[in-house]
Amino acid sequence: MNLSVKIGSLTLQNPVTVASGTFGYGVEYSQLVDLNQLGAVVVKGIRLGPVRGNPTPRTVEVTSGLINAIGLQGPGVDGFIRKYWPFLKELKVPTIINIWGTTVEEYAEVARRFDALGGVGALELNVSCPNIKEGGAQFGTDVKLLSQVVAACRKATKLPLITKMSPNVVSIAPYAQAAEAAGSDALSIMNSFPAMAIDIETRKPRLANVTGGLTGPCIKPIAIKLVWEAAKAVKIPIIGMGGIQTASDAIEFFLAGATAIAVGTANFYEPQTALQIIEGLRQYLEENNIQDIHELIGRVQIGN
Amino acid sequence: MVEQTVRIISNERDTDLYFRVVVRAPQIAPLAQPGQFVHLRILPLKHALLRRPFSIFQVSGDTLSILYKTIGEGTEVLSRMGPNEELNMIGPLGHGFNVPKPGGEVPLLVAGGYGMAAFYMLAQRSPQKGVAFVGGRRRVDILCEEEFRSLGWEVRVTTEDGSYGENGLVTHTLSAELSKRMPGRKLFACGPTPMLKAVGKLAAEFDLPAELSLDEHMGCGIGVCLACVVPIKTNDGWEYQRTCTEGPVFDSRQVAWEAVK
Repeated sequence: MNLSVKIGSLTLQNPVTVASGTFGYGVEYSQLVDLNQLGAVVVKGIRLGPVRGNPTPRTVEVTSGLINAIGLQGPGVDGFIRKYWPFLKELKVPTIINIWGTTVEEYAEVARRFDALGGVGALELNVSCPNIKEGGAQFGTDVKLLSQVVAACRKATKLPLITKMSPNVVSIAPYAQAAEAAGSDALSIMNSFPAMAIDIETRKPRLANVTGGLTGPCIKPIAIKLVWEAAKAVKIPIIGMGGIQTASDAIEFFLAGATAIAVGTANFYEPQTALQIIEGLRQYLEENNIQDIHELIGRVQIGN
Repeated sequence: MVEQTVRIISNERDTDLYFRVVVRAPQIAPLAQPGQFVHLRILPLKHALLRRPFSIFQVSGDTLSILYKTIGEGTEVLSRMGPNEELNMIGPLGHGFNVPKPGGEVPLLVAGGYGMAAFYMLAQRSPQKGVAFVGGRRRVDILCEEEFRSLGWEVRVTTEDGSYGENGLVTHTLSAELSKRMPGRKLFACGPTPMLKAVGKLAAEFDLPAELSLDEHMGCGIGVCLACVVPIKTNDGWEYQRTCTEGPVFDSRQVAWEAVK
């Protein structure tokens, strides 16, 4: 049975990864999860310098979901390399580093730094965080800026580039095509949905940042549709994510056109989710007499 | 840190809205240190996803108990669970209290409501018995008073409605005691943020060390989601640190109160 997939030049032993921002820098989960069983570890978004993040409350639970406005708190490139890279580089599975900036130049500089580090599996360009004032989603919701960011990073590194798309667009196809044309090796679909919740007693927003990004099982059907649309528009592989909790959820994403998937919010409440999904995928393939995960990718049956 | 499925032994009402749940948690209970917490997945909760954090109240052999108040959907559902039902638990988590050394400081505990739950193990393990200052709105908010007394501790009760003990805020009673300026004391506090802030102020005023157990909305409980952060002083200002990992217990002098809303 083959579960192995390729994301650009990067080979994953299986198609199950974790979503940036839901798995820290891997080390936090190492006492609970055998990280070497994963397809890849994807770390929280890193820009050039350290980031303090947003005031609290930063999260609010909603029906079958979670709204967050963390604000990309992080140690910056140097802090990451000092604190977390010594652990990550010893893993048997690749590390995908999620990067961001407030300018095209900063994205490219961060890409260059990680290219020079050696041993990084791939870079994921975060052009879609809804919770920061500058950078993030502004690059993911403007085709021209998106092309510039991807092209600049493409010039800066030979590492596989994955562009993490914003769902906050009328149609995802032109954005997916722009990222592909500018040299992205793959797409992550997608980031969280802009959202808000209000406390009716105090009449105040539940988040200090007022709005945040919605994740969790409640967004899964929307994510499936976006993956399906993007898969029709591009040839590069798609890492599908959004509310995945079970192997069945993951299989829906494969059928919609994803080559790999990422477990996100579920990591917060059930750290074993990704490992359970890998096991569930094996069972499903075996029970259905499928030899290769690729036999599922994009095989949704539309019409007769 | 261990994740395990635990079985409920008992889950009974304490007073009013407070309950005590005892579980068999053979991998977690023996590791528990004073001031640490566990993160519970309440399996019958279907549409609320996240785990709920609870201070570890008492540990005995391979059992562990939690003293909790029903304050929302998660704790409501938990309160309706019974013996032999299962929960999923990750723990012990966080950085707890520093237990005073033999012949070291005399601990003064300051608890608001179910903040008292976080102190039982500290009271049990501290070589010096001290005084527990316990405050609540009403008499029913005063928890496990007799259990602390039977550990040899003095317990001083304050209620805001005057229905039991002294009338007023727990920090007023504490302030009066601190005015005696007896040497060799250390404060430990767990309760609502305004109370912690007041205790921090008193600690500064009387030049006493204080450890505060801080509370923020928690997501993952193990340090990845960065939801539960509090502002902690650094050499050049302050940064957000995680109550689940660097905390929940912080030295009061480290807390950047000016950045707490």
